[in-house]
Amino acid sequence: MPIATGLSQERIVLVIAVALFVVFSIALPGFLDAGNLLSLIQNVSILGILGVGMAIAIIGRGIDLSILSTMPISVAWMLSLVNGGMPLWLAFLCALAFVVLVGIVNGVLIAYVEIPAIFATLAMGIAVYGFGKAYLVPIEAVYISGGGTSWFYSIGSGRVLGVPAPVVVFALVALAAWLFLRYLKPGRFIYGMGDNPAAARITGIPVRPMIVVQYVLISIIALVAGIVMATALSHINTRLALSTMVYDVILVVVLGGIGLSGGKGGIRNVIVGTVLIGILLNGMTIMNLTYTVQSILKSVILLAAIVVDTLLNPRDEQTAQHGDI
Amino acid sequence: MPAMKLLKAMAAAAVLTAATGAAVSEPYDDGQSKTYYETVKGKKVAFVPLSMGFDLTEGWNAGLQNQARALGYTVEVRDPNWNVEAGVQAANGFIADKPDVLILHPLDQQAYNRVVPRALAAGINVIQINMKSVTNGDAFVGADWYDLGVKQAEAVVAACGKDSGKNGKIAIVTGQAATPTIVIGNMAFDDVFGQHPEIQIVARQSADFDPAKAQAITSTILKQNPDLCGIVGVWDGQDSGTAAAIREANMQDQVFFVSSGGGSKAAACDNIENGSFDAYVSYDVPGQARDLNAALKILLQTKPEPGSNPFALYTPLKVLTKDNLTPSSCWKLEELKAMGG
Repeated sequence: MPIATGLSQERIVLVIAVALFVVFSIALPGFLDAGNLLSLIQNVSILGILGVGMAIAIIGRGIDLSILSTMPISVAWMLSLVNGGMPLWLAFLCALAFVVLVGIVNGVLIAYVEIPAIFATLAMGIAVYGFGKAYLVPIEAVYISGGGTSWFYSIGSGRVLGVPAPVVVFALVALAAWLFLRYLKPGRFIYGMGDNPAAARITGIPVRPMIVVQYVLISIIALVAGIVMATALSHINTRLALSTMVYDVILVVVLGGIGLSGGKGGIRNVIVGTVLIGILLNGMTIMNLTYTVQSILKSVILLAAIVVDTLLNPRDEQTAQHGDI
Repeated sequence: MPAMKLLKAMAAAAVLTAATGAAVSEPYDDGQSKTYYETVKGKKVAFVPLSMGFDLTEGWNAGLQNQARALGYTVEVRDPNWNVEAGVQAANGFIADKPDVLILHPLDQQAYNRVVPRALAAGINVIQINMKSVTNGDAFVGADWYDLGVKQAEAVVAACGKDSGKNGKIAIVTGQAATPTIVIGNMAFDDVFGQHPEIQIVARQSADFDPAKAQAITSTILKQNPDLCGIVGVWDGQDSGTAAAIREANMQDQVFFVSSGGGSKAAACDNIENGSFDAYVSYDVPGQARDLNAALKILLQTKPEPGSNPFALYTPLKVLTKDNLTPSSCWKLEELKAMGG
């Protein structure tokens, strides 16, 4: 992180977000409406929740490409168990056990078998999707059938004190992750491991068990995101695992300023990245731009953020780190 | 040797009973039925769906397998899991195996353009289901996407147009831009709305067949146009997201939402019943499964020169609303598996 200019990537993205926000507020009638602003955040809250999970991976110098399989498969299995007559709490425990297992396998592959995280989780993502489709949920779209009256079903669609529930869940997940990373020993360990794994091990940090804990946490966050998504849309489709959404999640994290080389950044970066994407999507929808134009504009703004960062904070021997991508 | 004689006598008796038994159980032939059963028996049918595991293909396959079991032929399925290249490979693999009929479910108009002529040249009859390549096979079974678009657009015109007393403001939340179902459907929307100048399209956005995107887009559109009268959706899988946004904005009474799809109970009728969809154009998968089986039986019996005389069985579309909903309007996969086709 450069000190000279005082403009880190996070700040650059924040400036762009604020600039866009001001422009949209002036130019687009109805943008600055409280309802619109809440729905702006709501529309990216699932992305944000997954971003928090991805941030935990990347800060610890890892990455988790399997979350986009873990999320739909675990929730689809849970819903099909409920549709088959199982009580909700028991089905939830089954899904929880499933994601914990996925997290443990991820962690063990990375920490003990020493496969690079990007390959271990890529393979696990495919394995989870394949296993899920073959044995747990043969039909892609699993609907929440009829009589769901439990509060559980309003996680994605209800409101808490006027705030959409998905926004509240995003805030809670972000808060919990922030407290964990900032104040708990395992959280500090993750920064240590990300900054310099060898030094972390020599210092006495139990690096390998910590990696397992890290990936279990990420899997659980994926389950939470999946529950929000399913209860918001009243169904979940396992085909999500074949989508490119995982890149959007990485984008939110990296855009916010969490370096892929690990050890840097925090939850604040995820929020900044998520909000920028939210403002962009919302404004472009109000302007009624076509899907293709939206994609072009989105990528141009993202590239601009990276270019500005590179110009203001050039890499040199002091800032470059082993493992930079 | 008395023992040997006894054995011979027993064997003779056994043959005699078997022969008379066979004679007794010989089914009645009305002049056509015997040839019918004999012609289709033992035939080989191959099916390359877009992907298994979703309501349309699972429904068709349930019907195909039921008829195959009843008539003693086989339907082999290779699942390309949404991947066009894998689909082309699967189809080519089947062509090498020389089945009697190849059923293709193309992702788009171009995907199987080379596969269809190759199969025809190899002497295999080709059926295309619900999506058609530019090249004709021997039969097409499925929805006429233009007709489907017209029916959806007309439903929204009836709800928001001149005679409804409403303001005519509508939005279109469409799907993946390049797919022919969407391209053809959009032409139909434009043609119908072109004849109704009172209809004003305030937003036209693609949600890329992703319900989460549909929800995000719709919530923004509703915030921008609080007086919106109607929304046109394109496919129930995506439209559940649009419906969620309408529900969340408490605008279910105000916004008329028309969707479409294969008409499975969880995706269609449940949503019509709970008010998520105000109208739904169904292409009725059980009916399509029956049509598919009919096309198959025709081809197996008449054995036309592949590609010589293409015919089509366009699906009669059903416009479902809360008022005309009956217990048999939609279908469940378990029921279709038990006795569909």
